[in-house]
Amino acid sequence: MARYGQNAGAIQALVREAEVHRDVYVDPEVFDLEMEHLFPNSWIYVGHASQLSKPGDFITANIGRQPVMASRHIDGSIHVFYNRCPHKGVKIASEPCGHTGKFFRCPYHAWSFKTDGSLLAIPLKKGYEGTGFGDAKANEGLSRIKNVKIYRDFIFARLNDTGVSFEDYFGESLSTIDNMVDRSPEGKLAVMAAPIRYMHTCNWKMLVENQTDTCHPMVAHESSAGTAVKVWKCEQGDATETPMAVQLYGPFMSPYEFYEQSGIRIWPNGHGHTGVANSIHSNYSDVEGYLGQMVAAYGEQRAHEILGEVRHNTVYFPNIMVKGAVQILRNFIPIAVDKTLVESWVYRLVGAPDKLYERALMYNRFINAPTSIVGHDDLEMYERAQEGLKSNGNQWVNLQRLYEDGEEADATAVINGTSERQMRNQFHAWAKFMTMDMDKQVEAAE
Amino acid sequence: MITEKTITDFIYREAELLDTMQWQAWLDLFHAEGRYWMPMEWQQQDPVLQPSLMYEDLLLLKVRVERLAGERTFSQKPKSRCHHLLQAPQIVACDPAAGVFKAKTSYIYTETRGDLLERFSGWASHDLVQVGDSLKIKLKRVDLVNFDAPFGNIQLFM
Repeated sequence: MARYGQNAGAIQALVREAEVHRDVYVDPEVFDLEMEHLFPNSWIYVGHASQLSKPGDFITANIGRQPVMASRHIDGSIHVFYNRCPHKGVKIASEPCGHTGKFFRCPYHAWSFKTDGSLLAIPLKKGYEGTGFGDAKANEGLSRIKNVKIYRDFIFARLNDTGVSFEDYFGESLSTIDNMVDRSPEGKLAVMAAPIRYMHTCNWKMLVENQTDTCHPMVAHESSAGTAVKVWKCEQGDATETPMAVQLYGPFMSPYEFYEQSGIRIWPNGHGHTGVANSIHSNYSDVEGYLGQMVAAYGEQRAHEILGEVRHNTVYFPNIMVKGAVQILRNFIPIAVDKTLVESWVYRLVGAPDKLYERALMYNRFINAPTSIVGHDDLEMYERAQEGLKSNGNQWVNLQRLYEDGEEADATAVINGTSERQMRNQFHAWAKFMTMDMDKQVEAAE
Repeated sequence: MITEKTITDFIYREAELLDTMQWQAWLDLFHAEGRYWMPMEWQQQDPVLQPSLMYEDLLLLKVRVERLAGERTFSQKPKSRCHHLLQAPQIVACDPAAGVFKAKTSYIYTETRGDLLERFSGWASHDLVQVGDSLKIKLKRVDLVNFDAPFGNIQLFM
């Protein structure tokens, strides 16, 4: 029985001040509504402009469940369309990325489109003469997504024509993307390879929440990071340098006090980040030559400012996380209420030493791959939660750590790093973007 | 004297150790500078500046093996088991004078945990060196046929 459709009140009732109802993770109807409302109302990451370096290049992606594609047009502009032929709905592009030449051609009936999406030609066009085709939706070509923003080469789109502007939606949270891009001496990032892909049998929001959950690493990752620290202690002998691998694993075992003082910053619309004062990424070895390049590019003061900002995880609501300090973006792509595809991208800092790219790739395979022991720890917890939440014993998930009465919603604040306030912040945004385009009349009639 | 049969026997023995979960004995097959590599690209050449699923030295493999036995390794409750079905290894090089021993083995790998069973297909490439009378693994490379697909957990070794 449908309980939540067109019922903004029922959706809002799932989110309390410091608790959320388990239906947000396990109810297929809530998931369908997320695909219908939350994702189209939000700004969603589509890809990176470096993947579209020449005219005719394209990439494909999903926004919620809807297939989209982005392409570089002959004039250099980037366009985002729904990935379906206006004729019979066939997906125009079937690969994650590629080069189409001067135009797209549907493989079914050879309708063709310019790389800005407009209709180029239809074979045997005279068959449409006098049929009124000129007024048909199909005559417009590939349906274009109007609200597209390319911010420092990061391509975002909002499917719904009306809603919150890109600038208002992300606000100051864009500072993490800024910092990641600024870490290139040339102020430029490049995607060099496909992402690591990892299938999770859990709801997508569990992954998003975990990004700012600082009370789990020393517990859930004792088995991986803790073992790495222990084995290194036994094996190090006279070694004077800690291997890169141990430098990456070790900080996961930092005590509660470390995370408490390192802080969390929250922003309106569900964005926020861990690692304000410092983070697990703060103490990696310097890479030879890099600081010199940065100082030459930005000047002494600015270079230190950029490299001194070592944020941990930044959640861009609803479904990406960015690590500026190691140039990783994780995209939590919802497939079903209990299925999430995680694609973890690494960006190369253009002009920076190879060693930094090597470290980012190493971090990505240590933490974000189906072969990652840290990933195994996390996925086990998500899967157990997905199962456990079917229990009727208690239908609420508790997010109360460091909750204060009358906590302001949509605030900008820096708080204790073990707070669950960023999760509360995400659910406040969740309720807002789920319901903002639901039928207000139905809500009022209740 | 290392012969083609020595190489083949070594590869069968390695699979046997993995299937019977004799992890320490498996680690002992590696050369001190040995590596275990799972590429993520077709005919990948570079394990360092191209993404891989795994590229691990003996230290990291030890961490994995220790972890499998850990009291608080929750993703191993229940424990995983694995099964290697190998095609006869194809000897790529067997040159005792040059110290070069290489083989490529087509495999079907099964990993199970609880009620779940996952199956993978690919090729294992062994790059071996002679140490004393025996062979050691310099590089074990496992190329999955669908390296680019999104997998769930792969917790053991192919």
